[in-house]
Amino acid sequence: MQGVGTGAGAVGILANTEESQAQSNVSAMGPAAVPITLNVNGKPMKLNVEPRETLLDTLRDKLDHTGAKRVCDRGTCGACTMIVDNKVQYGCTILAIDAQGKQIQTIESLTANGKVHPIIPAFVNNDAQQCGYCTPGFVMASKGFLDKNPNPTYEQVKEGLGGNLCRCGTYVGIRKAVLEAAQALRSGKSVKGANNA
Amino acid sequence: MPNYSWPPMDQRKVIGKPHSRLDGFAKSSGRAKYPSDVNRPGMVYGIILTSPHAHCTIKSIDASDAKKMPGVTAIRVTAQAGTEIQWAGAELAWVAADTEPRARDAARAIKVEYNVLPHFVTEEKKAKAGTRAKPAGEQTTGDVDEAIKAADAVAEGYYAIPVLTHSCLEPHGQVIEWKGDKMEYWPSSQAVSTVAGDLAQQLKIPASQIHVSMDYMGGGFGSKFPSDIWGAECANLSKDSGGKAVKLFLDRATELTIAGVRPSAYANIKVAGKKDGTITAWQSESWATGGFTGGGMPPIPYIFTGIPNRRLNHAAISINAGGARAWRAPNHQQACFLTFSAIEDFAAKIQMDPAEVLIKNISFTARAPLYERQIRKAQDMADWKKLWHQRGDSGKGHIKRGLGIAMSTWGGAGHPSECRIKINPDGSVELEQGTQDLGVGTRTVVAMVAAESLGLTVADIKVNIGDNSYPVSGPSGGSTTVGGVSSSTRKASVNALEELFAKVAPALNADPANLEAVGGKIQVKGDPSKSMTWKAACQKLGVSSISATGKNDPKNPMGLNTQGAGGVQIADVSVDTETGIVKMNKMVAVADCGLVVNPKTAESQVYGGIIMNICGALMEERVMDATLGRVLNADMEFYKLAGIKDIGEIVVHMDVHPDNDKRGVIGLGEPSAISTIAAISNAVANAIGVRVSRVPLSPDHVLTALYGKNMERSRA
Repeated sequence: MQGVGTGAGAVGILANTEESQAQSNVSAMGPAAVPITLNVNGKPMKLNVEPRETLLDTLRDKLDHTGAKRVCDRGTCGACTMIVDNKVQYGCTILAIDAQGKQIQTIESLTANGKVHPIIPAFVNNDAQQCGYCTPGFVMASKGFLDKNPNPTYEQVKEGLGGNLCRCGTYVGIRKAVLEAAQALRSGKSVKGANNA
Repeated sequence: MPNYSWPPMDQRKVIGKPHSRLDGFAKSSGRAKYPSDVNRPGMVYGIILTSPHAHCTIKSIDASDAKKMPGVTAIRVTAQAGTEIQWAGAELAWVAADTEPRARDAARAIKVEYNVLPHFVTEEKKAKAGTRAKPAGEQTTGDVDEAIKAADAVAEGYYAIPVLTHSCLEPHGQVIEWKGDKMEYWPSSQAVSTVAGDLAQQLKIPASQIHVSMDYMGGGFGSKFPSDIWGAECANLSKDSGGKAVKLFLDRATELTIAGVRPSAYANIKVAGKKDGTITAWQSESWATGGFTGGGMPPIPYIFTGIPNRRLNHAAISINAGGARAWRAPNHQQACFLTFSAIEDFAAKIQMDPAEVLIKNISFTARAPLYERQIRKAQDMADWKKLWHQRGDSGKGHIKRGLGIAMSTWGGAGHPSECRIKINPDGSVELEQGTQDLGVGTRTVVAMVAAESLGLTVADIKVNIGDNSYPVSGPSGGSTTVGGVSSSTRKASVNALEELFAKVAPALNADPANLEAVGGKIQVKGDPSKSMTWKAACQKLGVSSISATGKNDPKNPMGLNTQGAGGVQIADVSVDTETGIVKMNKMVAVADCGLVVNPKTAESQVYGGIIMNICGALMEERVMDATLGRVLNADMEFYKLAGIKDIGEIVVHMDVHPDNDKRGVIGLGEPSAISTIAAISNAVANAIGVRVSRVPLSPDHVLTALYGKNMERSRA
């Protein structure tokens, strides 16, 4: 319903730009796809995107980076959390064209090159996921939080992860997982016990 | 017949020991592919055009311009001129295009003219419902009027619990690739083995043409059993797009508008009884809506079904809104909230501890000794003796603390299920089952059962689920999965092992009936000196594998699973009487269970049931706009869910002991999700001294209860 029934007014601002669609009598059309380069997990990726595409949709649909999920699509739930220029961000609130020249770090980077970031086995050990749809977002939010708060208290974990939502109710495990990962990161040891890492 | 019974508690090596879920790494690393993550070569995107009006007829619908839009591969109109629409969000037309934004553009270009008709979307004021309220007929037992007249005290109250939406994080939808007489179907579903048959019926094709794959799914909670028109039209778009795969998932607003709701419930209730706490009468006038078709009749009085004098009147109200679907313990949260709020109000009226009132009347329940034990246990865990006080007796200051208690009941027997176990000559073991793991740990549970039964470790079992080419297992609803899949897996494993014993018995010079599989070996019972390794035993198979099946028959579960779970929860809250904000201090749950296969995931289930209903108690509510007829909060900003700091501390006691273990496996998903709302509502009443009639216990509702109607927002 959203977007289809209610969005017609908002897109008119794009109508006068160059390369308008051939069917220019339809004011809802954006300009055509443009070539851009995104730096995703340290690799330059060349692709064509329409200026109205979010970074989240571009990663999911064009690069098959499907770890980040599209849930609220409005910057509320955190299921698409990623780290952009060292800042925890929602991928649904950034346009892909605006992400050019930035370092985009997705959940996929946490298990790249045979290395596993300690936050992942900590999530497994503490059963910090059920259906798992919010989990990659929580893992990235946790990583971003721990990058800036290496020695958090339990109370700080509860504040720091306030930007993500879970429907199955996995918060008890997530709280424990973040504390366990923090300890592992500080000691430089890998987290043991993830039976299938 | 082989002995399928569970190994004795003290001899189990795998079952009953906490095990991390097998798909934890896939999920936590983002590598798990959900149906909405499926990307196929040349895939196109489906978009639904929906009705903005709650009640209308379609005067005209014209998709000719839309068809010419760039990238469009198919357009279908399902609400032709003349169609009557009964709720906002109802599907009118379907578009597929090479990108999602272009599909959206084309949907927007479909021209629709509506005849807008009057609508009715708010059911709380029953008098306004008129003919749209369908009375269910009065039910009476005993003499209520006489009992009320003779009572020492009568508590009278109004209670309201709203419509909720399931809010699955992965929306309803699927990817479908329909080429010729073969269809690949990736649904987000609770029913891997039956959803193809459902879709086939809609499309009038043989179910055997449809192959279902679903390794993961992002939440269902009762709303994802059918293939729905979304599946059928996705298939048609694929066909019309020349067999290209179509990805069609509901956008968030549509998901929160038409993908299922939990019915509301409203009631005026009288509870009458004696000064010693004995309840003598129950009278209720209740109503509810589950959308256009009505629906939602909570079974009240809940659990205390033996109250001698009862008079019940219920009406189902039809409104112009999307329909109800099963919601993790259908009707039970509402029934629990209505009943335990009313009983707590009776207890407050006679100034008695509500836990003692429950125990005083425990003979009115179906499992008195169990509930009494659970209430006492929960009281200990919540420090009830120290923290409970008379209603409103919460001291000075604007932060008031209170405790509340409620109980639950559920079935949870195993559904029909078949499992196949293959033992290969190289020693590998494959488990095949057409079941699904909704996130409850099914994959891990079946591997644990097979490992235990075969004397192996969980890592030795290759689990194959989530595919309708495997043996049929039931849909995951009613907490029936764990009983079904664990029992069928047990039987298949025992059957496979019997065949293996027959093959290796000669080499061990033993009777096959005298062999056992323990610690990765096949050995003569109790004699490790006469043994061979699992691998060596499997080599005896030569070139052919063993393939054995086992079935759970709900009519004869053979003691492997059963139903009937009671439970008690206590809430401990603090309420700020200046802001109306309710803060969770602690939830305590005594969870009834039978044999617990995996304590780790079982405990997570209980946490989940509680947390989901903390949301329901404190913030969730679907709000309808009476004027526009639409859902006002069809997004995640204003349809509130609890965050990680909103839930307080949660303490779960799994009631694991030999008496319970003997009952066999019982489902846990729903029992834990029933009594939280009632317990929290009672705790708030205990804290602030007045009943907040309406959940959610939002600041608005709390302040209204405290300071009267001048605080109340205007309602239609």
